[in-house]
Amino acid sequence: MTAALALGDDALVLSHRLGEWAGHAPVLEEEVALANIALDLLGQARVLLSLAGDEDELAYLREERAFRNVQLVEQPNGDFAHTIARQLYFSAYQQLLYEQLASGEGPFAGLAAKAVKEVAYHQDHAEHWTLRLGDGTDESHDRMQSAVDALWRFTGELFEPVEGVEIDWQSLRSGWLESVSAVLERATLTLPAGPQSGAWTAGAGRQGIHTEPFGRMIAEMQHLHRSHPGASW
Amino acid sequence: MAAVTADQTAQAGADRPEETDEALEAVFDAAVAADERIEPRDWMPDAYRASLVRQMAQHAHSEIIGMQPEANWISRAPSLRRKAILMAKVQDEAGHGLYLYSAAETLGTGREELLDKLHAGRQRYSSIFNYPTLTWADVGAIGWLVDGAAITNQVPLCRCSYGPYARAMVRICKEESFHQRQGYELLLALSRGTPAQHEMAQDAVNRWWWPSLMMFGPPDDASAHSAQSMAWKIKRHSNDELRQRFVDICVPQAEALGLTLPDPDIRWNEERGQHDFGAIDWKEFQEVLKGNGPCNEQRLGQRRRAHEEGAWVRDAAAAYAGKHTAPQAHAAPHATAGNGEATA
Repeated sequence: MTAALALGDDALVLSHRLGEWAGHAPVLEEEVALANIALDLLGQARVLLSLAGDEDELAYLREERAFRNVQLVEQPNGDFAHTIARQLYFSAYQQLLYEQLASGEGPFAGLAAKAVKEVAYHQDHAEHWTLRLGDGTDESHDRMQSAVDALWRFTGELFEPVEGVEIDWQSLRSGWLESVSAVLERATLTLPAGPQSGAWTAGAGRQGIHTEPFGRMIAEMQHLHRSHPGASW
Repeated sequence: MAAVTADQTAQAGADRPEETDEALEAVFDAAVAADERIEPRDWMPDAYRASLVRQMAQHAHSEIIGMQPEANWISRAPSLRRKAILMAKVQDEAGHGLYLYSAAETLGTGREELLDKLHAGRQRYSSIFNYPTLTWADVGAIGWLVDGAAITNQVPLCRCSYGPYARAMVRICKEESFHQRQGYELLLALSRGTPAQHEMAQDAVNRWWWPSLMMFGPPDDASAHSAQSMAWKIKRHSNDELRQRFVDICVPQAEALGLTLPDPDIRWNEERGQHDFGAIDWKEFQEVLKGNGPCNEQRLGQRRRAHEEGAWVRDAAAAYAGKHTAPQAHAAPHATAGNGEATA
């Protein structure tokens, strides 16, 4: 089930990246907040992957090329600004996606109705930090601008229609641009001018083409599970 | 319940200027003797305040440093269910850190100041976190033994004489006992799993058992702060009493797990109604305490690095708040989270 894998892998991979912050966050409150978001996403991933098969087999025994997540979510954490920019872009997308799914009758309606509340918090968290960093100090402004610029080229892929996800992709795209533009403007940041996807990135993650850091990420994630074939944990 | 409320203290000061420190101390002593709670604005001896701040700070620091050895396995957790449990646990520890720094703040010492002392090596955290987590089973051993020892230590703190600390501990102990059961269950799955998994579990228990016994601190006759803390009812039981209680709890649990404890001298003593156990290597304890444990530099180094690398983020948040908050908000008094009475 392509659609469950695509949405499930997005949540799984971003959850993993956020989990890498544990013990490294800039302030104690963010240890709690980032873990909260990671846990919500992991919960979503488990429901979605279970629609497609066995959650652990899918998470731990697929090769890199079989993952269907967008490249945006696999991007390394970078500094806190990069993590926030990634979250802003992704949460704005997921919020609009789940809103549409929740109002439909497809296989994801139930999950989306529950998850949309979680994602509203993720979006709010990312938005507030975008404002604080964008409109904070000169240094934070520069870092936040660099982050939104650097990740911009991974955003086009979010709007490549996924087979089995019955929503209005055009309105998702326009809604996303409106939401993100408004936040960046309030944060005194400039909406990046470059293309939202390049020849290499358009729809690539959904086809199983990932970026180099992703291979190392799943090698680490899968190592222990694969070292004990057939064991239960 | 407060022995002397702030209002009463203020009245005492205004109406009866002859109220001396000796008289206040007598009221304080009587409140402690009657098992009443001391609250932030009650009069208290300076040494009591200092002792509490030291203990709460050390406890808070232990929570946040303690995140590291377990976070070490989040990215490698072998199933999604275990990964969710572990992430939630590490998150709880950050939450415990928050409650405890807030409790310390009720005595006028802010989180920033305490973190600076931790980073400068002037305040301690529990030495147990200076041991490495080498395999996945260590996550289970920490839950079962380290959290188990922590609970044995901390349950009596729920009745500690200082109100905000006691209340924070009630909440923390509930979550810790949940963690302890999860750790036990993780080890049980390994112990009953493949031979390689069983061996992993046994190896972890072998490495964590003795350091866990050291968590109760030095023997009673060598404990620097114990006597005074017990007199003030900050502490309720001696180090050795708690250690014995822990051993007695663990022995049958280890049997149920199908694992052995790495101490050939453990045996039931009919006469005492308790287990005898072997001698603890206090030299190792002192070495780790002095900074020579396997991970002292690594743990403190990561903590300092996270703090330094996060400075620009905290600066940004402060600058943003300064630009967007109404001026009167700056006059807000110190937060006293975890202490409903004092903020009322």
